[in-house]
Amino acid sequence: MKGSSIKEHLGYREIFLPGEDVIITSGFTSDLLSDVMANAEEDSVLITIQAHRNSVAVAALAGIRAIIICSGRKVPVDMLTAAEEHAIALYTTGDNQFTASWKTAELLTKS
Amino acid sequence: MKPIPINTINSPTVILELIYRLKIKDVMSTPLVTADKSATLRSIQLLMRDKNVTGIPIVQGKRLLGLVSMDDIIQALDLGYIEEPAEKHMTRNLTVLEDDMPVSFAITYFDTYPYHRFPVLSKKKELVGMVTTRDISARLLLEINREVDAIERAAAKHISHDDSIVKKQTFTVLRHNFENAGYASTELKKFLKSENIDSAAIRRAAVASYELEINLVVHSEGGTITTEYGDNKLKLTVSDTGPGIPDIDAAMEEGFSTANSWIRSLGFGAGMGLPNVKRVSDEFTITSEMGKGTAIVAVIYLLK
Repeated sequence: MKGSSIKEHLGYREIFLPGEDVIITSGFTSDLLSDVMANAEEDSVLITIQAHRNSVAVAALAGIRAIIICSGRKVPVDMLTAAEEHAIALYTTGDNQFTASWKTAELLTKS
Repeated sequence: MKPIPINTINSPTVILELIYRLKIKDVMSTPLVTADKSATLRSIQLLMRDKNVTGIPIVQGKRLLGLVSMDDIIQALDLGYIEEPAEKHMTRNLTVLEDDMPVSFAITYFDTYPYHRFPVLSKKKELVGMVTTRDISARLLLEINREVDAIERAAAKHISHDDSIVKKQTFTVLRHNFENAGYASTELKKFLKSENIDSAAIRRAAVASYELEINLVVHSEGGTITTEYGDNKLKLTVSDTGPGIPDIDAAMEEGFSTANSWIRSLGFGAGMGLPNVKRVSDEFTITSEMGKGTAIVAVIYLLK
């Protein structure tokens, strides 16, 4: 699926989308960055509450294309800057990780 | 409010070291001027004038309940409830700092939130101080003066960087520099990509170097990570200057962690770091001496 469909179909807030839309083929939900680093698949979307630039660093290293920040947590400016630098799409939602995960999974199955 | 003109990412090393070495408890104001929740806003206004402060934490024992700021007082005068107790009008839901966080956190908070002061809590969640931008700048100027003095004295001494060789790079990693964590690994990944290394091998290299980098940030007093590439191998050499690992076997166990609560709140310190490095490496050695430091060598075969 395209990164932009997270906004279009789930109504999540788009904080950043790289000039060229990202293509996502799977998802990973975790708040432990070591877990993400070790186990997330490439070309996935990371669903987490860790709203800080280290999540972007891990995403860039693990080949993750998009991050959904859950539970209404705010994205700090330096996180946005890092996302821009590494071309990683960034979304926020009031949904918790469980809800964001099944909604995203549904979206992934459809497309 | 003007942002604090210290960049927590790419300021000079001396400054970065300062803001990660100094803890909130080193810069915060003590003793505290506090008021009870039953105190009237009028009495708090007098207390502010008397003690020359612009915000008073409201406490019960050592527990922080709220804060009355100059703005709250002006509002009270304006709307005519200055004789009412603080409890009724104080600001609740405060953003707080912890006393053992590095000063860099306070700088980021002041740049992120519109507040002029943050209450500081201890690990036991007791109010132990207040921190304002003035507290930070005063202490930083003092330390910067000291550093400049030291630099002037040691003008001849120069730091060598070994990044002229394409296949070998050394990165300095500072204690608690979370903002920069991952820099060395990102550079390494870029380089391996440019060498057309297989993506699974790049992933293993990235996992190892990132976990090692994070370990330096979280646990060490600072150190270096050296990446050497050649002969279809990647060798990562990490060394730090302390404090050392008391029980290496325990540290190698998945789930074992000595990280504190705010490090865990960032998603680190789950006790997966060293086991992850060992898992992705083809050769792995670790030695550590208390008070001296830890040395790790991890080798990843890039052709498999």
